[in-house]
Amino acid sequence: MAAAIEDPAEGRAWHEIVRDTLKANNVRLVTYVPDNVLKPLITGVHADQFFTAFPTTREEEAVGIVAGAWMAGVRGIVLMQTSGFGTLGNVLASLAVAYQIPVMMMISERGTLGEFNLGQALVCRTMRPILESLAVEHHTITRLDELEFVVDRSIKQAVATRAPAALILSPLLTGGKVFKA
Amino acid sequence: MTATETPPIGPGNAQVMNRFDLTRRLLAKLLGEEAVVGGIGNTNFDLWSAGRRPQNFYMLGSMGLACPIALGVALAQPQRRVFALEGDGSLLMQLGSLATIAMLSPKNLTIIVMDNRSYQITGGQPTATAAGADLVTIARGSGIRQSAWADDEDAFEELIDCALKDDGPWLIAVRIDDQPGVGATDRDPVVICDRFMRGLGVKK
Repeated sequence: MAAAIEDPAEGRAWHEIVRDTLKANNVRLVTYVPDNVLKPLITGVHADQFFTAFPTTREEEAVGIVAGAWMAGVRGIVLMQTSGFGTLGNVLASLAVAYQIPVMMMISERGTLGEFNLGQALVCRTMRPILESLAVEHHTITRLDELEFVVDRSIKQAVATRAPAALILSPLLTGGKVFKA
Repeated sequence: MTATETPPIGPGNAQVMNRFDLTRRLLAKLLGEEAVVGGIGNTNFDLWSAGRRPQNFYMLGSMGLACPIALGVALAQPQRRVFALEGDGSLLMQLGSLATIAMLSPKNLTIIVMDNRSYQITGGQPTATAAGADLVTIARGSGIRQSAWADDEDAFEELIDCALKDDGPWLIAVRIDDQPGVGATDRDPVVICDRFMRGLGVKK
């Protein structure tokens, strides 16, 4: 069974690893604006009583909810797509960063590696510059064997340093969404 | 449906009241541990001036998010009653949050909307409520059934009593005058956050 020991994923799919790692870090509140790639993760957290999971009408609304929950003692995360992140510049600057609230964000990356919608490709290019300009810690996850480590350590650092963080799920990890030519 | 069967829309006979006076009346009614989230601008200036409490949160920026922040607090601490104070312009910016609140139906959440029909702090430009948009009807249509205009100060206090006693969510709307906020919040977000977390018993 040497192979199993060397496999940090232990045969789990990416969304199972994310669900398990959120749970291990006591991230109970999962808010989202849905995305096709995120569907199995959303299904997974709804199926587990540990989580309180629900959709919001906008991503910035979800950031507000997670910020309020943090101040009241519950950890949370916002799941979204690249285009949703594009709406968050003001709430990150004026709420999460300014008040030092560790809002976790998980972003399904559209706009690259086979994108078929020009708007998605363009808004994707704004994402990292926004994160960089606000000095928000962010990681792009491409490999299954690194996923648990990156998610686990990012949550721990966000909580310890009272800072929001963004985890970008690359199509290299999730398969993304492709145009059926 | 004929025009005569259409339910009335608008605040009806609701009197024009004063935001600072109503905020003081709210705080006087609180039993002690309730959380109050003040939206940006004059709403939280008046909350600040009406009496600092560690259970008050003062928003700076992030216009429209008082209700979502209050919802997050309400979900995290279901035993604590939570009030969100918003202006009409702010609530119009995040109307979807009313539908989210109705969907989750937190028993411990009350929204108070201070409607002066204008973006007062930026020069008094009229909001859509000046043209007839009714935030109580919008809230009811979003699924918050216990939504009402307070006709006067006594009615406001009676609705607060209901919100403190009976299950929510509630939305209480008031017409207010164009008086500016009294004073201004000390804009130190890290201190505001720290005090609030201590007020909620999260930090020791």
